[in-house]
Amino acid sequence: MIENGIGASVRRKEDQRFLIGKGNYTDDINVAGQTHAVFVRSPHAHAEIKGIDCSDALAAPGVVAVLTGDDLAADGIGPLICGVTVTSDDGEPHRAPAHPALAQGKVNYVGDHVAIVIAETRAQARDAAELVDVDYSVLPAVIDTGSAADSGQPQIHEVAPDNVCYNWPFGDKEGVEAAFAGAHKVSKLDLVNNRMVTNPMEPRAALGEYNQGMDEITLHLTTQNPHVHRLVLSAFNQLAPEHKLRVVGPDVGGGFGAKIFVYAEELVVGWACRKIKRPVKWNGDRTEAFLADAHGRDHVSTAEMAMDENGKFLAMRVQTQANLGAYLSTFSTMVPSYLYAFLLAGQYSTPLIYSEVKAVFTNTAPVDACRGAGRPEATYLVERLVDICAADMGLDPAEIRRRNFIPVDAFPYQTPVVQCYDSGDYPAALDKAMELADYSGFSARAEEAKSRGKLRGIGLSSYVEACGIAPSAAVGQLGAGVGLWESAQVRFNPTGNVQVFTGTHSHGQGHETTFAQLVCDQLGVPIENIEVIHGDTARTQFGMGTYGSRSLAVGGVAIARACDKLIAKGKKIAAHALEAAEGDIEFVDGNFSVAGTDKAMNIAEVAFTAYVPHSYPEGVEPGFDENAFFDPTNFSFPAGTHICEVEVDPDTGVVEVVKYSAVDDFGRLINPMIVEGQVHGGIAHGVGQALLEGCSYDSEGQLVTASYMDYAMPRADNLPSFDIDYAPTNPPDNPLGVKGCGEAGAIGAPPAVINAISNALGVRHIDMPATPEAVWRAAQQAAAVSA
Amino acid sequence: MYEFNYRKVDSVAAAVEAMQQAEDGKFVAGGQTMLPTMKHRLASPSDLIDLGGVAELTVVNVEDGNLTVGAMTTHAAVAASAEVQRAIPALARLAGNIGDPAVRNRGTIGGSIANHDPAADYPAAVIALGATVQTSKRAIPAEEFFTGMFETALEEDEIVTSVSFPLPEAAAYMKFENPASRYAIVGVFVAKTGGEVRVGVTGATACAHRGLLLEEAMGGELDASGIDSVELPVEQMNSDIHASAEYRAHLVKVMTKRAVEACR
Amino acid sequence: MSTVSMTVNGKAVCGEVESRTLLVQFLRENLGLTGTHVGCDTSQCGACVIHVNGKSVKSCTMLAIQADGADVTTIEGLADEAGLHPMQQAFMDNHGLQCGFCTPGMVMSALDIVNRNGNELDESTVRKELEGNICRCTGYHNIVKAVQAGAKAMGGS
Repeated sequence: MIENGIGASVRRKEDQRFLIGKGNYTDDINVAGQTHAVFVRSPHAHAEIKGIDCSDALAAPGVVAVLTGDDLAADGIGPLICGVTVTSDDGEPHRAPAHPALAQGKVNYVGDHVAIVIAETRAQARDAAELVDVDYSVLPAVIDTGSAADSGQPQIHEVAPDNVCYNWPFGDKEGVEAAFAGAHKVSKLDLVNNRMVTNPMEPRAALGEYNQGMDEITLHLTTQNPHVHRLVLSAFNQLAPEHKLRVVGPDVGGGFGAKIFVYAEELVVGWACRKIKRPVKWNGDRTEAFLADAHGRDHVSTAEMAMDENGKFLAMRVQTQANLGAYLSTFSTMVPSYLYAFLLAGQYSTPLIYSEVKAVFTNTAPVDACRGAGRPEATYLVERLVDICAADMGLDPAEIRRRNFIPVDAFPYQTPVVQCYDSGDYPAALDKAMELADYSGFSARAEEAKSRGKLRGIGLSSYVEACGIAPSAAVGQLGAGVGLWESAQVRFNPTGNVQVFTGTHSHGQGHETTFAQLVCDQLGVPIENIEVIHGDTARTQFGMGTYGSRSLAVGGVAIARACDKLIAKGKKIAAHALEAAEGDIEFVDGNFSVAGTDKAMNIAEVAFTAYVPHSYPEGVEPGFDENAFFDPTNFSFPAGTHICEVEVDPDTGVVEVVKYSAVDDFGRLINPMIVEGQVHGGIAHGVGQALLEGCSYDSEGQLVTASYMDYAMPRADNLPSFDIDYAPTNPPDNPLGVKGCGEAGAIGAPPAVINAISNALGVRHIDMPATPEAVWRAAQQAAAVSA
Repeated sequence: MYEFNYRKVDSVAAAVEAMQQAEDGKFVAGGQTMLPTMKHRLASPSDLIDLGGVAELTVVNVEDGNLTVGAMTTHAAVAASAEVQRAIPALARLAGNIGDPAVRNRGTIGGSIANHDPAADYPAAVIALGATVQTSKRAIPAEEFFTGMFETALEEDEIVTSVSFPLPEAAAYMKFENPASRYAIVGVFVAKTGGEVRVGVTGATACAHRGLLLEEAMGGELDASGIDSVELPVEQMNSDIHASAEYRAHLVKVMTKRAVEACR
Repeated sequence: MSTVSMTVNGKAVCGEVESRTLLVQFLRENLGLTGTHVGCDTSQCGACVIHVNGKSVKSCTMLAIQADGADVTTIEGLADEAGLHPMQQAFMDNHGLQCGFCTPGMVMSALDIVNRNGNELDESTVRKELEGNICRCTGYHNIVKAVQAGAKAMGGS
């Protein structure tokens, strides 16, 4: 048994620097000669730009440059791109309007980028930005998701008639219609998945440096995927060739999806630093984060389920209108399509599913992945609909789920919507969650609450999600412009310590610890002698980064594969040194030994021998340093049941989450402490969506919730402590037996909360966020109906 | 933030003089509203006159049946003051629930009432307790002090120096917080002083005000039984994404009932 | 420009600032103490919490010039040669941090909570007292545990 190996809750290696204030976030980095940038942003949701006069700004104290879209175009810097093609129902690719990094003739949302002002200090840049005189001719704006494609709406982009990006029907329409026609019962629900602002606590930032001698740009960015940034900025934006562009994602203060994308500010800062031949730093403030970070969710849907007389699901039909905002963000098109409709089977054996997704443009910030991306939307829809089905059939919500679960012996299970689930035991998670939540004791607790004037409710959510997106060939067929493998390099130094280079990026997930545990476990090297390095294109060979809960399930396997290669090579070296046949060498707990003898050498000695090969096997290369790439054969399918219990104050509508229990299947846990932390954070994100977070624009496209004064973030006193447990299965497709865990909470929680509130109030549905006023109104109506 | 002249003063007289000399000066107390406003470039004073060093403004005492709180007393100091806790515990609790702990360490009673954010807590207490606002020029009764949203009876060069609260027989404050900002969507302070029951309401309308209809329904007693039937003027209520006018009117009644309950 | 001088983490420091320079800017930009973070512009998030004269303040909502002559403690001032402060250690032991961005403010607020409420803290007190510190990563569960454990450790031995 290896100390600090797989399964140990090792204290995190990264914590030391964060706890003593020595983290290294982008805004913490300052370089000689640095200038400061501020962006001039559109105050209008939709306007033509008649002219931009920069003369006053240029004359302001400290100003170095003021650059606009014309300058960008003159230098041939390309527009921002969307990396995934979705084919619309007319057989054409989705409509893709040009997305210039600085506006060219038109702005399309409040916060859209108009000019960059660069000065000696940030205050001077901000002072001068106010002096840039932009002549706008304001146009009518399209804001509302549900009506954006209605006739008579203003047109945002010429290439997208009726503001439609794509219409995407998916599934067996005729089969579903036939099943509905013959159904015993049809349950139906209209629901909204509320728009969220992702809100990692560190605002986005960029620092660009141009090395004239090497003709090389270095960009420090708040990124979840430095190599993807480099690839896109090089291949599509012509910023610099890949070998002349270094992207560093240093410590990053949370991402949750918002830092995947290639943003205008990043491209413009990279371009500007070369243009003015001085370093340029931009550090966004929270207001800019609200205005111009990609937002999440924002669906309007209708869902229907056809059932037989036993409440068995026969077919499901879904219509969704999804808001993509003003332009297509980097991965936006795939979120309401592949990441959404492919999850509509949920945990159930529903044989027929048909969905129609219409993705629309509006004069709002671009919408893209936010923790869960498409899967929370799918899960919310399915798990709300299932509760409606239970009500319509007069069944307990747990019972209707049980009747429809995919049976344990059916795995791997091919759903009717592309995905083939790897492993699962859904009844086990439900049973364990019900026990953890004391489901059977609920009615007594509800009675007790009633005596205090409170309405108590309980809600279930049995979710499945698809993460670790793969394999590359499959996503390529779907229209993705990239592969979704991961790379690793495991390098012994001659003195026996190990550097692990991963193409994933850690911004809170604890990879520096979890990945070190993997290597420690496999190679028997003490954990303190292992360092995990990530986030720098100049240090790590390549990588696809961190999102979609892929890092361990994909990146972790790449590390394990590199370790396999080291062990194989080590056996040759040890065999030579120990004067034995290679086939007689065993490797256990860091030691190469000759089977049946006491002859052995440890892996550090082997590494030293590899670098000082004075006596060395013929035909073996010196050095102890291996690379591996891993392309999975399937997604990873975490699943579980979450149970939320709430108390509602009917006089005010205030909802208190009084108990939250989660039982998840993440396969094998490498560091249970870290996994539990991921679950906690995900649940808080999901409870935030359900109760607090509602991004809101007014009819003119002004963002009403543009600060923490109006956008309610979950705080410590909004949440209880959580009860967490696991019901693991062994996913056959993953060599480490692991599943992703980063998004599960945000996927499972929203329907659990809303199901609980609906239960407490005795109402059919309430939209998110279930604000006090909304809950109060629902309580009033429920009381009026029952009176 | 735009640049400005920073003036630190050590007396009320020096502060007034600095203001008179300034082109477009502003007093700053704890700065917990002023500085964010200036950071967003929504205010651009030529001079910022910092009252933080004026020792005479931090006195807290009870004399002749009045609790007097110096204008520069922080919310944290009011909350922690044994004298306030003894004299008007509801006021200590109110102060201890403004903003968050770090904000309470800087924010002051004088700054709060001089700013008169319509969602601030103190105005409800000042009105319900029938306090007197002492300024560098005069004494202003509570009901004349708050004149409109972010508006008070203060003149440009007039500084709040203290607030005097007659000691009540009973008092309680109930706040319904905005889930985002944690300011009051509605806050109701109920006090019984000298046999009279008064209600101060904040958050609900453009201006903190006395809840006369609520007082009438209580008939001078700490009796909430008639509150439900009060018809508050919904059209005067604030309405925003967090709470409609109708909901605010409802909350005023709920908070009033709860405050009355807490008084008993 | 004005000159300000103050004591930061036990050391006398001084620097030239504009009137509008925020205390957090002075710490980060003049002194290079980048452990104190800025996460919002409305005094809500608490990533910038430090101690001024022994009390927690939001250093984004105080001018540098207002701290002239003050005694300031930042996250960099807690650990010593012997190791982490018990509150820092409790955050590590209880996995009270993930991305680390809110952490300095959380730890500084936690110390202020202990200063005012003592070493035995119940969960609801901690949750209420953390009202001014926002975290997106942890769901607060482990932060609350860490604050309780840190408070206890500070009282022990």
